[in-house]
Amino acid sequence: MRAPSGAGIAAGDVLLAVEGVSLAFGGVKAITGVSFDIRKGEIRAIIGPNGAGKTSMLNVINGFYHPQAGRITFKGTTRKAMRPHAAAAGGIARTFQNVALFKSMTTLDNIMAARALKMHKSFFWQIFRYGPALREEVEHRKTVEEIIDFLEIEHIRRIPVGKLPYGLQKRVELGRALAMEPDLLLLDEPMAGMNLEEKEDMSRFVIDVNNQYGTTIALIEHDMGVVMDLSDRVVVLDHGCKIADGTPNEVKKDQAVIDAYLGIAH
Amino acid sequence: MRGEATTTYTDTFPKLLLMNAAQRGHRPAMREKDLGIWQAWTWEQVLDEVRAFALGLKELGLARDDKVAIVGNNRPRLYWSMCAAQSVGAVPVPVYQDSVADEMAYVLAHAGVKIAVVENQEQVDKLLSISERLPELAYIIYDEARGLRDYDHTRLKSFADVQKIGRALDPRSSALWWQDSISKGKGADLCVILYTSGTTGRPKGVMLTYDNVIRSSRNANAYDKLDENEEVIAYLPMAWVGDHIFSYAQSYCSGYCVNCPETPETIIEDRREIGTTYAFAPPRIYENLLTLTMVRMEDASAIKRKVFHYFMRVARRWGEKILNKERVPLYARFLYWLGNIVVYAPLKNRYGFSRVRVAYTAGEAIGPEIFRYYRALGINLKQLYGQTEASVYVTAQPDGEIFADSVGKPNYEVEVKIDDKGEVLYRSPGVFTGYYKDPDKTAETKTPDGWVRSGDAGFFDPKSGHLKIIDRAKDVGRLKDGTLFAPKYIENKLKFYPNIREAVALGDKRDFVSVMLNIDPVAVGSWAERNNVTFGSYQELAAHPKVYDMLAAHVDEVNRSLSEEGPMAGAQIRRFLILHKELDADDGELTRTMKVRRGFIVERYGPLAAGLYDGSKEVDASTEVTFEDGRKGAISGRVKIRDMRVYPSATAQAPVGKAA
Repeated sequence: MRAPSGAGIAAGDVLLAVEGVSLAFGGVKAITGVSFDIRKGEIRAIIGPNGAGKTSMLNVINGFYHPQAGRITFKGTTRKAMRPHAAAAGGIARTFQNVALFKSMTTLDNIMAARALKMHKSFFWQIFRYGPALREEVEHRKTVEEIIDFLEIEHIRRIPVGKLPYGLQKRVELGRALAMEPDLLLLDEPMAGMNLEEKEDMSRFVIDVNNQYGTTIALIEHDMGVVMDLSDRVVVLDHGCKIADGTPNEVKKDQAVIDAYLGIAH
Repeated sequence: MRGEATTTYTDTFPKLLLMNAAQRGHRPAMREKDLGIWQAWTWEQVLDEVRAFALGLKELGLARDDKVAIVGNNRPRLYWSMCAAQSVGAVPVPVYQDSVADEMAYVLAHAGVKIAVVENQEQVDKLLSISERLPELAYIIYDEARGLRDYDHTRLKSFADVQKIGRALDPRSSALWWQDSISKGKGADLCVILYTSGTTGRPKGVMLTYDNVIRSSRNANAYDKLDENEEVIAYLPMAWVGDHIFSYAQSYCSGYCVNCPETPETIIEDRREIGTTYAFAPPRIYENLLTLTMVRMEDASAIKRKVFHYFMRVARRWGEKILNKERVPLYARFLYWLGNIVVYAPLKNRYGFSRVRVAYTAGEAIGPEIFRYYRALGINLKQLYGQTEASVYVTAQPDGEIFADSVGKPNYEVEVKIDDKGEVLYRSPGVFTGYYKDPDKTAETKTPDGWVRSGDAGFFDPKSGHLKIIDRAKDVGRLKDGTLFAPKYIENKLKFYPNIREAVALGDKRDFVSVMLNIDPVAVGSWAERNNVTFGSYQELAAHPKVYDMLAAHVDEVNRSLSEEGPMAGAQIRRFLILHKELDADDGELTRTMKVRRGFIVERYGPLAAGLYDGSKEVDASTEVTFEDGRKGAISGRVKIRDMRVYPSATAQAPVGKAA
């Protein structure tokens, strides 16, 4: 895998910033005036109780939802809202809370599918799978095989993902996101529903991705142990508002956070 | 005694490497599946890789007689490390890669390892965690760099970096130095130290010389007519003598190609792609393949199942005869030919045995049913008897002389005798020089005139002239009334049922025989699924009354078969229980080669063992378990005990104790 380009943004600089973002579905306010930033090369956790607006926030970042107010700055370009294809082309990849893979396709094909965005040879050549198109496919296959090796899923390469246990499906999904060689990787509860061993494996992969490829990661996670161990900085949402932002230790001691998690009258 | 003792031969592995590179430089020596593609190295390329690494090792200060630990799954670079170490006069010490930190610390400290070549971060972490117990360990060299970037690299080096050091040296003078270093090696030098996993006590380091290993390997190659065209797959632990001989020594001696699988999970697929011609596996592997096939067939459609069972009956009836080139009626040949198209050939292809010429099973007794199954398919599966102390080969079955319950005839240049207590002794050029730093144990095992006590009880079958092994010599005991009790004999009979994974028989100096069983989670789990038996855990499944009923039927059959075997008839099973936990090597219940450690288990499950003999129907048990990272937990539960019927001896009048 190549190191992500990042368009001249050095490690530690702001890669993505959301400012005053508000999102409402009819009368329901999902997010209210939230601002925070994600710096290049860090692991940024977004936490909060159920219904706090975490997944909505990710959807705003990669353009699934268009906020009614606020601005999003990604790689120095400021917009009112992201567009999904612009986000994908700009280097934002994500995984979903409920695994969203092509169930009847193999692991290999699922991950190859993510490379479609990076295939440039004309449709004509691709139909015949010949000449330049074949050369291109071989090149992409190599990248995909490196990801398969990285995630240690060689043994399921040719198995339809629908037949795989949940933990492995999550890993394949991470593989598909990685195949886009993202600058920013959004992980929506990558460890939900996993047992301890699978969580430890997944944590190791998240750290290795960050370490080895310098990929910036924003993740939503409920397991506090995981969040505290993995992330460099944490932003806490509750009822659509930001209630805390800082290092895991700072956040842990924050009274508003403790209240939100233990639950007090609003 | 045949063999080729008189001819002179190349006497060390580095010299063999030079010879192979010169004689068959462009033939593949090694392959590894990486990124989904088989990458191959010719003998010339291997020579280049080994030389660069060897010179790097020398620059790191490795001297003659230093020890180099090799830890990891079967990877080309780890095999090269062995030859590289040997080329500078050092001694490789392969270590079981799944040992917990404490076990590894003991072996590495005992061997006085100076450099460790390891596979990946997991092993580096393990070694770093015990580094203060290893004052002599100067460097750790790793193959796979993942996750190690931010580690302190003062004592840590990557394999490629060490090679870079070697390649940076002046090519002419360094090549001369290396040639000179290789030519200093001779056949009588120590070649490798292999630690035996040991059914009792600490592992012992078996010292083998080049002469031991190379003579044995050459004889084995001659015995089975192996040449440079063989393909083998290396997947058994590198620390096991079998892999050392099979994936390293025999390959260097005959020039055949060794293939490393992509990951331990992909072996079956990888073997299929390679099409191995020479295979070597403990019975467990064959058992697992068969169990998997049977489980899958149970789930197949009715037509497929019928076809499968019909042709398997044909195969059982005629397959072995055809394989042994006996006379067979024409219609049987036709049926077998048809079966081969429909069932056998696809099955063999699945197993990766389509091209296999010789397949060995060793290490434990194999179930006669399992053995016959593979032979019926037309796979030339044979048994051999070997030990680390003998550089593997003691006896093997010659082609065409195959029996499910024998281990064959002595290999070339091997002498075998049985002492008055029934213990098997052997002597050969492959016999080890001694246990490392342990002259007392050496003297116990090896007589001054070179005979080695195998520790196994056995006898030569007067009809076939084949050796038969019944049990460990020290394990053969007697019940209180003097009846012969061979625990392994009983355990093996039980383990031949797919539902039973492990069995532990008790009886020595007791009133009667009783057993502790471990169910096979795959086979029983699939049975449960088909019979609407619900369970949440291994423990729950093991305690299920229906599972007990099923196993009771198996035990009953074993009792009946024992009753028909004269001297064994007195040792029928009176009571049994199913253990609430899977026996595991991490808890010390199995050896690293997956043999049960009977004494330890009886001690560990003391209350259960007591319960078997005090007449209780149920016993409470709590057992400590150790996870791979060394943390501990406990499994507790209530275990039921069943009483069994005993059959009258079919040969009641036969004098007891006539057994070998």
